[in-house]
Amino acid sequence: MSKPMGRGPMHDGRKIDVKALGRVVKLFVSSYPRLIPLVVVCIIGAAIVAACPAIFTQQVFAALEEALKNGWDWPTVSAEILPLIGILAGLYAMSLTFTTVQSQLMAYITQGFLNKLRRKMFDGMQNLPIRYFDTHKHGDIMSHYTNDIDTLRQLVSQSLPSLLQACIIVVTVLCIMLYFSVWMTLLVLAGVTVMFFVSKKIGGGSAKYFIRQQRAVGKMEGYVQEMMNGQKVIKVFCHEDEVREGFDKANDELYEDAYRAHAYANILGPVIMQLGNILYVFCAIVGGLLVITGASNVGFAMMPFSVSLIVPFLNMTKQFTGNVNQVSQQINSIAMGLAGAQRVFALMDEVPEEDDGYVTLVNAVIDQNGNVTEVAHHTGQWAWKHPHTDGSLTYTPLRGDVEMTEVDFGYEENKPVLHEVSVYAKPGQKVAFVGATGAGKTTITNLINRFYDIADGKIRYDGININKIKKSDLRRSLGIVLQETNLFTGSVMDNIRYGNLDATDEECIKAAELVGAHDFITRLPEGYNTELSGNGANLSQGQRQMIAIARAAVADPPVMILDEATSSIDTRTEAIVARGMDKLMEGRTVFVIAHRLSTVMNSDVIMVLDHGRIIERGSHNDLIAQKGTYYQLYTGAFELE
Amino acid sequence: MYKRLFRCVREFKKPTAVSLFFISLEAVVECFIPFITADLVNRIQADSGIEMVEILKTGLLLVVMAILSLSCGTIAGRACAKASAGFARNVRHDVFHNIQNFAFHNIDKFSTSSLVTRLTTDINHVQMSYMMIIRTAIRAPLMLVFSVVMSAIMGGALAATFVVVIPVLAGGLLLVSRKAMPAFRRVFKKYDRLNESIEENVRAMRVVKGFSREEYEKEKFGDASENIRRDFTTAERIVALNTPIMQLCMNFNMIFVMIIGSQLVVTTGSIGIGEMTAMLTYGVQVLMQLMMLSMIYVMLTMSAESFRRIAEVLAEKSSLTDPEDPITTIADGSIDFNGVSFKYVEGAERYALSDIDLHIRSGMTVGILGGTGSSKSTLVQLIPRLYDVSEGAVCVGGVDVRRYGLEALRNSVAMVLQKNLLFSGTIKENLRWGNPDATDEELVEACKLAQADEFVQSFPDGYDTFIEQGGTNVSGGQKQRLCIARALLKKPKILILDDSTSAVDTKTDALIRGGFKRFIPETTKIIIAQRVASVQDADLILVMDGGRIAAQGTHDELLKTSEIYREVYEQQTNGGGDDE
Repeated sequence: MSKPMGRGPMHDGRKIDVKALGRVVKLFVSSYPRLIPLVVVCIIGAAIVAACPAIFTQQVFAALEEALKNGWDWPTVSAEILPLIGILAGLYAMSLTFTTVQSQLMAYITQGFLNKLRRKMFDGMQNLPIRYFDTHKHGDIMSHYTNDIDTLRQLVSQSLPSLLQACIIVVTVLCIMLYFSVWMTLLVLAGVTVMFFVSKKIGGGSAKYFIRQQRAVGKMEGYVQEMMNGQKVIKVFCHEDEVREGFDKANDELYEDAYRAHAYANILGPVIMQLGNILYVFCAIVGGLLVITGASNVGFAMMPFSVSLIVPFLNMTKQFTGNVNQVSQQINSIAMGLAGAQRVFALMDEVPEEDDGYVTLVNAVIDQNGNVTEVAHHTGQWAWKHPHTDGSLTYTPLRGDVEMTEVDFGYEENKPVLHEVSVYAKPGQKVAFVGATGAGKTTITNLINRFYDIADGKIRYDGININKIKKSDLRRSLGIVLQETNLFTGSVMDNIRYGNLDATDEECIKAAELVGAHDFITRLPEGYNTELSGNGANLSQGQRQMIAIARAAVADPPVMILDEATSSIDTRTEAIVARGMDKLMEGRTVFVIAHRLSTVMNSDVIMVLDHGRIIERGSHNDLIAQKGTYYQLYTGAFELE
Repeated sequence: MYKRLFRCVREFKKPTAVSLFFISLEAVVECFIPFITADLVNRIQADSGIEMVEILKTGLLLVVMAILSLSCGTIAGRACAKASAGFARNVRHDVFHNIQNFAFHNIDKFSTSSLVTRLTTDINHVQMSYMMIIRTAIRAPLMLVFSVVMSAIMGGALAATFVVVIPVLAGGLLLVSRKAMPAFRRVFKKYDRLNESIEENVRAMRVVKGFSREEYEKEKFGDASENIRRDFTTAERIVALNTPIMQLCMNFNMIFVMIIGSQLVVTTGSIGIGEMTAMLTYGVQVLMQLMMLSMIYVMLTMSAESFRRIAEVLAEKSSLTDPEDPITTIADGSIDFNGVSFKYVEGAERYALSDIDLHIRSGMTVGILGGTGSSKSTLVQLIPRLYDVSEGAVCVGGVDVRRYGLEALRNSVAMVLQKNLLFSGTIKENLRWGNPDATDEELVEACKLAQADEFVQSFPDGYDTFIEQGGTNVSGGQKQRLCIARALLKKPKILILDDSTSAVDTKTDALIRGGFKRFIPETTKIIIAQRVASVQDADLILVMDGGRIAAQGTHDELLKTSEIYREVYEQQTNGGGDDE
């Protein structure tokens, strides 16, 4: 029973990647090193026990025949038969136990394995650099957790066990067949080879169209996504008919490919099965001929060709091809499962964010003389703990002094985004960045918190090279509010507390009051306990941003980065928020990015960026006096976006 | 509700029927194959020695049967693929076409992402279910009945085993499905929530890393994942009971046939050993078919949610329809709001707009200012009848908008939405949304008016520049100007700009407004803006607050009468200007 979650992954042309398979098996086994061998024992046990009853039924029938021939009465016969049936019942009980244990354990193990895998993937993902998230589509990352995990579930819970079972049976039967007759076995193997090629051919066709189908699905989904997003525009322009036409085209294409892909897939089963039947007939005829002609047999049993050899052999042929069919049916889902596994592995193998930082942030007491003492409890004062190579330790008080010296940077090599950017921000200063989209404003802030690492130059925080600071501590000392607000599912209080997990309710409310969010929050249906979901879908953009600002406020960092933090708030509300923001910024080093000049006017320094270079710097009044780009922006002669 | 869904089969009734027929035929042939196989073995075992001719004859028959079965299977497989893919195509077609009929009200009701899911994942489920139904709905019961009948004929009293086994198995399977399904539904809900939270985490990665909350997130996820593991294990373990139940029934059948059958063979002689073996084969077949049926039952119940979600979209009727006798010509661009109140949802407590009385003469320029949530957009959306008023009436050209044909009305009222969008395609193609027959000259003219011509010409491909999905390769200000040009191409009687120049610099903004005044003086222009400068020189300025018109008048009048207006004005002009 599978919940089809989204569309399946790309078909991999039915190629089984042995390396990936090995890795899946290894990972799977290592997740439950004691239970999995038990399951395997159960599977093997069940397979062997399943073969035994045939012997006893055969004996029952033999006894019956005897009885009929000799005219025994029922009590005599039953004395003969009932013990046999008793053994049979015993075997069934064993087999039933094996199956029950195996299926129950399998359910337990599969889910446990998936849980471990999911967590491993997620934990690994948390440690990936921002670059990974910037360069991968979110939908694509998501599908690792939905489609790929789902195909893996199929793989380990169904495909692999039944493959194992079928293989055990195939090997057993093959051995018995060789025991009876090598010639006949070769005949069967020749037939199986034909079956193999036919299934490869049909499977290949199926794979080809499955790939095309995936492509068509992608195209259709893209179209649907775009049009659903623009549905209101479509209505306003009465453009419905044109859009329908476009959709029908994509839809028809998808139909053609889906039809062919499934047609091939549906044919495979009957073809293999009937080939098996035909092979059976061949064996019967050849077997008959061999008996009649009295050809000499080669087999480990050293039996001549006879009826008593051919009949059981034929039965085994049936069993053999039946299991080959079973394997060929599994190949498809194994290929799909492995494609999913490869994607999962690719995510797990991503190189995590490196962190060689050894300078850490510690609670401290700083006396009047500026002497720093490290303490364990929260004091409201912080210091950088800096171990040196000679074994000594120095403590530097956390102040919020940021210096960038001639920094060069590019997201891709050979495509520089920033050129020789130098910025000096003294503790408590407000530094603003102004410039067109793509000028490099956000990039600068990405470098300060080490979302990306600089190519050349130096960035110092309180005089310490930021490469030496442990990333988590560096980021703890920097508060960020982004243009795109992201809230989490949970209460308003939880969302504010995200900035500082140790904050009390009072501290959270105080932070909200500080930034002017308290008022609207108390007017929400359940005040601070109002549950938010879907990124705060029930709040306005401005309200969301105010919560994000409160979240940064409760973290109480010495340095704040406000990247278009108030852009979605209308000017009237902004005036209210501005008062809170001013309070928030008091005594902190603040980097502000805004395209509303009113927001940045009162900064200590304004940097005008153009194509990754700082072209003007100074206070508002200085820049107005310069009559340069800033002046033009200010007077509205220039367009920012 | 589901009737409408199944009406989508349409031209694929034939492949469906073909498929059903050949699958049934295949099933019949399949039922005979064991007979012939048994016969073949008997020929070899015959007491009179091996009759090669007989073996060849029977073998040939079996080969013919195999080929017949193969042909049936192939035909049925193709037809079945065609029918299910075709059915899915038709469902998708109908759903999408119906969405195109939706009014804004309907669009608001379903979120964009839910509509996308319905059109993709849900329809996939429907396609798979349909295929499954075709493949088993006739075949499984047919084989079941055939096997029961055959065993009754051959085994006589032995068929009594089914009286015990079938109810036990059917009951057992049903019980398992019944117990498992709610468990699975719970799991899937949690699963969806888990996926949402992963998405949240991925989207908010900058926040997570910015606050160094990686460990916290791991813990949160670990708990949720562990929680799902527990529930999922419970559900899977219930389902895993199917296998032992099935096996138990098969084993019971075997032992029953063995004991009772042997007794019958010895005491009455009413059946032979051959019949006994056949009984065993048929017993397995009966149980297998029951298993198949229970699988379909489970699968259908699982995808019932998808069926329901699709049927819901298909059943959704547009809340706005053309009047019976639509008026198709709009006299002029005058607009009247007569005692208009409006709320988005009928049961809502709060009105989004209340008591709006407003009269705009044709050719006027009207500016609208107001804070977030003051219902500026709501007000203008009533003009092209994107929504219907709750009370009162909106008139365009002196006639109630509800009496016009929708297309005629919307062609005369051009609106640039706040959330404006360009579609993937060339600039030309995008512009022609406004008027498919526009000449190149007309496109250039409209762009000049919207101050877009200059930057379009500066692109290497000019008007043939390809716009990426969502218009990501042009800047915000450029996108807005292209959207205005697109609206202008309609040559509308009323032009509404809903905050459509927010990313355009003040100078260009002024040029656009100046152009409107000079070149389209006849057109009524309604401009919603954040900047006072954008509306300052309008004939009439409305100040909206909390769904009401708080004040109206010209710039000079409002400076005197409206405190809100004055406050905003002073704030924005404080020390020079404001640029967004």
